[in-house]
Amino acid sequence: MTVTPGWYMALSAVLFVIGLSGILLRRNALVMFMSVELMLNAVNLTFVAAGRELLSIDGQVSVFFVMVVAAAEVVVGLAIIVAVFRRRKTASVDELAELRG
Amino acid sequence: MVELTLFVIFGLAAVFGAVSMVWARNPVYSALGLMLTMLSIAVFYVSNGGYFVAVVQVIIYAGAVMTLFLFVIMLIGVDKSEERTERLPVQRPLALGLLALFAAGVLWAGRLVWVTGAPAGVVPVDGSIEAIGTELFRKWVLPFEVTALLLIIAAAGAVALALFREDGGDE
Repeated sequence: MTVTPGWYMALSAVLFVIGLSGILLRRNALVMFMSVELMLNAVNLTFVAAGRELLSIDGQVSVFFVMVVAAAEVVVGLAIIVAVFRRRKTASVDELAELRG
Repeated sequence: MVELTLFVIFGLAAVFGAVSMVWARNPVYSALGLMLTMLSIAVFYVSNGGYFVAVVQVIIYAGAVMTLFLFVIMLIGVDKSEERTERLPVQRPLALGLLALFAAGVLWAGRLVWVTGAPAGVVPVDGSIEAIGTELFRKWVLPFEVTALLLIIAAAGAVALALFREDGGDE
């Protein structure tokens, strides 16, 4: 039994859904942020598997760019989380409700 | 056969790490679960011929990004585990239902040809540094330069967020 790229795509779909469940079910900003990273990783695995299926290296180049954007996103996002924590002493997104009407 | 063994072992490890990341009450355990998943995905990159992206995955994600996460967790405090009560009344059943629907949809769509393209073969493409660099500096040189700008903006933004908190913090 050989492993085809479709197997990797199915696995990355499962990982993506798990990451999405982290966004929907958790209330800790840090864990939600980690779930975003997991979803990005799942999509990267899809890119690599699709590149293998299509005999193209463009998938791996896309992964490179996604990693750059994710690194920038992590830097700014964690800085925002720390700034919010300094001011509000909480990392729970339920507490941040000033804009509520 | 080797690839099948690797897929089973590290596929289970990846799913276990992801589930434990979502499930764990302590953010440090979440970070460790995510690290396990990322290392497993690096193994999958190697199986698919992406040697360079596998190395970058280990260095950037499992190394730099997770270190940053652990650093922030330590800064914020590990003992502040959230309470499990959900304030929105229908959030959890609705979320689980939508997740099941989404999972079924994605897994179903993954079987269609217009998603995956025509299957050309299962031979790994050459993902060496030379191949990626050639592609990157010929075809994708403008996006590559733009990422430099993006990284500078991100670094400047992080520094600005760290600097200006004392002035604005009059609460």
